[in-house]
Amino acid sequence: MSGTYLGMPSFPVAAREAVNNPTLRANLRHATHTIRAKRAVAVAELADWALLREAGKQIKDRTLRHLDTLLVELEEKVTAAGGVVHWAADAEEANRIVTELVVETGEREVVKVKSMATQEIGLNEALEAAGIAAYETDLAELIVQLGEDRPSHILVPAIHRNRGEIRDIFATTMGEWGRPAPDDLTDSPAALAEAARLHLREKFLRAKVGISGANFMVAETGTLVVLESEGNGRMCLTLPETLISVVGIEKVIPSWRDLEVFLQTLPRSSTAERMNPYTSTWTGTTDSDGPKAFHLVLLDNGRTATLADEVGRQALRCIRCSACLNVCPVYERAGGHAYGSVYPGPIGAILSPQLRGTQSDIDASLPYASSLCGACYEVCPVAIDIPEVLVHLREQVAEKGGKGHRLEKTAMKAAGWILNHPAALTAGERIASKTRALHPKTVPGASAWTDSRDLPALPEQPFRDWWKKNRT
Amino acid sequence: MRVALFVTCVNDAVYPSTGIAVVKLLERLGVEVDFPPGQTCCGQPQFNTGYRRETEPLVRRMGRVFEGYDHVVTPSGSCAAMVRDNYPRIAHKGSDPQLQQVADTLVPRMYELTEFLVDVLGVTDVGAYFPHTVTYHPSCHGLRMLGLGERPRKLLEAVKGLELRDLPGAEECCGFGGTFAMKNSDVSAAMGEDKVRNAASTGAEVLCGADNSCLMHLDGLLHRQGAPQRALHLAEILASTEEEPLG
Ligand code: SF4
Repeated sequence: MSGTYLGMPSFPVAAREAVNNPTLRANLRHATHTIRAKRAVAVAELADWALLREAGKQIKDRTLRHLDTLLVELEEKVTAAGGVVHWAADAEEANRIVTELVVETGEREVVKVKSMATQEIGLNEALEAAGIAAYETDLAELIVQLGEDRPSHILVPAIHRNRGEIRDIFATTMGEWGRPAPDDLTDSPAALAEAARLHLREKFLRAKVGISGANFMVAETGTLVVLESEGNGRMCLTLPETLISVVGIEKVIPSWRDLEVFLQTLPRSSTAERMNPYTSTWTGTTDSDGPKAFHLVLLDNGRTATLADEVGRQALRCIRCSACLNVCPVYERAGGHAYGSVYPGPIGAILSPQLRGTQSDIDASLPYASSLCGACYEVCPVAIDIPEVLVHLREQVAEKGGKGHRLEKTAMKAAGWILNHPAALTAGERIASKTRALHPKTVPGASAWTDSRDLPALPEQPFRDWWKKNRT
Repeated sequence: MRVALFVTCVNDAVYPSTGIAVVKLLERLGVEVDFPPGQTCCGQPQFNTGYRRETEPLVRRMGRVFEGYDHVVTPSGSCAAMVRDNYPRIAHKGSDPQLQQVADTLVPRMYELTEFLVDVLGVTDVGAYFPHTVTYHPSCHGLRMLGLGERPRKLLEAVKGLELRDLPGAEECCGFGGTFAMKNSDVSAAMGEDKVRNAASTGAEVLCGADNSCLMHLDGLLHRQGAPQRALHLAEILASTEEEPLG
């Protein structure tokens, strides 16, 4: 994944910063609670939600089982429609392919929309190294780019920013990238949207190359699909002469009939809308309209490895609706940046360590970035059992015995032995109870607990002694 | 009807009063309850931290200890959920047919206390008396994995003298999460502080729950803040009567 995230500290360390930042916490709390409540209403409107959820799950599972043949079918159909398909095994290969394609056009700037895949591979940085400027055109992405920031949410990448902060970013940096913001820019949503609109319009009309992602790829016709709210995507997809779409291989679905399910569940889960404002579909090229050249870069980058894991593969069902982020109590306090990836929140906690492996500090800590409360599983429109995958990944991390886990494993083994020998357990409990007056309130080594919480006073006797005395 | 109490390791060592309350409550309702002393821990802390292999002997022990009982009752939603949701998974992953045997036979007999009262005994009014204001936190495992639904609320509402107050944001996790409370202590405490603040806003004297692990975390926060509110297990409220009020 993107070099931007290399050297991230582990999750608990990164989260501490956000936990102690009251503005950030207030922004996140407000945003997630608002959308959470709206989503609940939008979902409750559909009497057959449970069936749609099950259908979405099954369509995705069937797709994953037949991924090889579906991708070949997709390639055939895209090619027949005048497009060119490229296969990229990893980030480096994908970046090289896209950079070469842009260089071939002779252009030095591109407009971009709706592509987490390109963030995952760090495409903007790769293009920059080749002397090509990439302009984000999604409003929130624009805010992130102008603020030299990182996205912190799948759907609302600038969720951690409030209106005042956005105004300041626009006022100071828009001019460096293109049309400056007006001098009298206020922080009203209408004024901010208008400034962004004028700034972006200039870019859309000039750009000869567009780069996009896709929410779905329909194998039966070779059609790509993008769902969006602003209409910027549609301009990005139709105005340039060359369109390059970079899409993860798991985004394919067999047929248009399957799409129907997701067109219902995705908008309601993500923006709490009954239908998303813009649904754009494109199939290859047409002589009279739209881009003259179309390239599809199919990205693996750890996906087939994830597919090989029986429990973990369900993460590939994800349709990136972000509902799990909005209900997650950990995300709400830790913020998106703490996850060290373009995929934050519960889905990020299971997807990133699978796509990247668990060698780094951040990836080894992500499976533990959850209290396993299950709220994410409950809202997921494709029923990904995120807690199940988290525990499964914890096992992999613990097995490897990395940093800290060797000691923990020894402790777990010792505890396991005691728990399997009730006499030893009873003796231990008795000693603890007898010496309870001696127990300090702050136990050495348990400071992670006692920094903020008191330990309970130990009882006079354990339950088993009471039972023995009173009931036998 | 042979009923066994699975008291859980936390209740045994730290909160025996909860176990005692369950025994007295069930006996008052005419149930003869047994406590097999060979029991220890369901393996939840080990399993959830990623030590599945280390839980296997504990799963076998649970199967052995509770063999022959018609029902196994536990005053812990998360331990009941551990058995019900995770034992089949552990059995599926391990190659030992004995694990499968435990999952097949123990899972359907495992009951969280409020399920046992409402579903098996068919009571919601257990004849309790507790003249205090109470707010109830439905711990995540009871809420989502077991789907306890209205059971705890119905039981509390039937308690004489008790005034139940709605907890704002009730369905949000309190931040305990087993070893999460230590591994991510900053986030854990931040979650708990919000829960405790919501509980305080109700003005209730007691923050009630059905899982002592979550309550240990919350009570620890209340205690540290010097708050007047105290955390209390549901079983202790249900065990309290006019003749023998909670001590
Ligand atoms: S895991 Fe589920 S809830 Fe989360 S973003 Fe993906 S589809 Fe949405």
